[in-house]
Amino acid sequence: MDRNSTIERVLRAVLLTLIVIFFLFPIVWILLMSFQTNEQILRIPPSLSFVPTLENYKALISGHLLTSAGSLDIAFMRNLGNSVLLSTCAVVLALILGVPAAYAFARFKFWLSEDIAFTLLSFRFAPPLLVLLPLSLYFQELGLDDTYTGLIWVYQLIALPLILWIVRGYFEDISPDIENAYRIAGHSWLRTFFKIAVPLAGPGIAAAGLLSFIFCWNNFVFALVLASADKQPVTVGALAFVTASGIQYGQVAAAIVLSVTPTLLLALYAQRWLVEGLSLGAVKG
Amino acid sequence: MAQIDMAQIEIRNLHKSFKDDAVLKGLSLSVDKGEIVTLFGPSGTGKTVLLRLLAGIHPQDAGTIFLRGRDATGSPPDKRGIGMAFQNFALFPHMTARDNIASALTARKTDAGEIARKVERVAQLLKIGHVLGHSPRELSNGQKQRTALARALVADPDILLLDDPLRNVDAKLRYEMRLELPALLKRVGSTVVYVTQDFKEAMALGDRVAVLLDGRIAQCDTPARIYAEPVNVGVARLFGDPTLNLIEVAPQLVDGAPEIRLGGAAIRLPASYAAAAGSPCLLGLRPEGLRLVDGPAPGAIAVDLVAVTPLNEKSVLLLTMQGGEELLASEAGDRDEPRRPGPAHVAIDPDTLLLFERESGRRFIPAENGKGGS
Repeated sequence: MDRNSTIERVLRAVLLTLIVIFFLFPIVWILLMSFQTNEQILRIPPSLSFVPTLENYKALISGHLLTSAGSLDIAFMRNLGNSVLLSTCAVVLALILGVPAAYAFARFKFWLSEDIAFTLLSFRFAPPLLVLLPLSLYFQELGLDDTYTGLIWVYQLIALPLILWIVRGYFEDISPDIENAYRIAGHSWLRTFFKIAVPLAGPGIAAAGLLSFIFCWNNFVFALVLASADKQPVTVGALAFVTASGIQYGQVAAAIVLSVTPTLLLALYAQRWLVEGLSLGAVKG
Repeated sequence: MAQIDMAQIEIRNLHKSFKDDAVLKGLSLSVDKGEIVTLFGPSGTGKTVLLRLLAGIHPQDAGTIFLRGRDATGSPPDKRGIGMAFQNFALFPHMTARDNIASALTARKTDAGEIARKVERVAQLLKIGHVLGHSPRELSNGQKQRTALARALVADPDILLLDDPLRNVDAKLRYEMRLELPALLKRVGSTVVYVTQDFKEAMALGDRVAVLLDGRIAQCDTPARIYAEPVNVGVARLFGDPTLNLIEVAPQLVDGAPEIRLGGAAIRLPASYAAAAGSPCLLGLRPEGLRLVDGPAPGAIAVDLVAVTPLNEKSVLLLTMQGGEELLASEAGDRDEPRRPGPAHVAIDPDTLLLFERESGRRFIPAENGKGGS
């Protein structure tokens, strides 16, 4: 029995290690690459022994990319800033719009309510490219192409349905009697929403917010089509590393490390809510 | 139904349907100031719906609710100034018991010291002073129930709606609370509408019992009168454990006095039931109104005692009459020797006998002169 469980424990540890290596290997490899020069990365056979260099990060932060063909200006830090700005604004806007809407869909059955909710969800089904080409024409007409406003608006296609549908499930899980009890205690409808409904759906709101932040952050195609260089997020900005004199693997790796960091930190910070929130929704939804 | 000034709660011709399901069909009820009315009826008759209409959680389809003499139609729950305890407690899970209770005061802009004092007082009264700092998840069911009750009581509402507050607590606590509640509610002095599915609770707690049947109040009267003088078979059936025996009979006038034939015996009814002669009737016999007698006697029915079920304070006897019709009788359980199954004779206590029209189910009201019914 005791022996058995020891074997079991060792086996489990080995399996877990294998899984962790499988998933973490690319990230660790990229992290290592980001401290190497292009020559070190491309040598054959590859080797783990190298003298770490901060050149890649320096180049990214200063904005001067040194290639064998000469110096090239890149706007990586600006792209990173754009990513933060676009994703944050998009998620905040989606929360402001989506949470009350989710409450309305959860609590009130009004004319066409299900159809409206489903239409909003269907934004997630539509292939983005199908929507994008006509959208870019409209945006040009409206003067919204290549503006932050326009991009944040388009990002609602990603963030809003996600928040709406996840948070709606959480609101539906709250017994209406809890809200009724607060109303009867003499509180207004609005106060009940903020003091009872929103706190009780808190984990769901946090999870939905974080997920939609990640989706916004990772979006590529909207910004590629609708924004020019100075408005583009990192996902699009990374294209600049494909230069005339080859691909700058070192800088690409460093750029990936830098661009993953904010979401990683956010996810780690909100991990407890995210896991609890998602699993709660799964069980009750 | 004193109409000198309007009752504290006055409900007139209330209608409410959900989709195509009509729940309340012209319900009227009035509750006087300081009175405790228990709202009783089988499950699914709309007791909770009525309470929710009173609280303003749902709007009524038609009819009017007057609270303190004022038409409350369209007034939202937070403006009705009532206290309510829900069957499922509906405590706020993210607040401590203290904040739960205080929530009824914060809306009224009472100052913090006053709130703390009032919460403390009501917590003392309900014996939950020691758990005020706990969150609902850390409370036992009994404590949750008391917290919910405290929340309803803390603001001294003059109208209190209690939706089966003892439903979800264990039997022991339910019994304790059934003893404590009447005194507590009287002390608070509120007008109370108390919903329950338990006829004993309804009779123990209510100044009057309002019986909700088929979307209307079938009868609203004191517990004693509801039991002794139910308006119809439906109401009579709901009260009593075991429930009353119902037997189809056809009273005839014999020598000018109403008489029925039951299990081969002729039973003389009180003279006040003379009017029932000639029409098909249902005879309602309370089990405690049936008495086993020694040997044949006038008015006694020959029966076969089939089974005896001893319950602590009483025994329930299953009897069959000639023709196989069954009767349930009950008697005090303190007999020296237990009864044995076999032939027996049963006599009917004429004071507890009820007679209903078979078609409509309405009770025959005994005529005034002869000392009839009760």
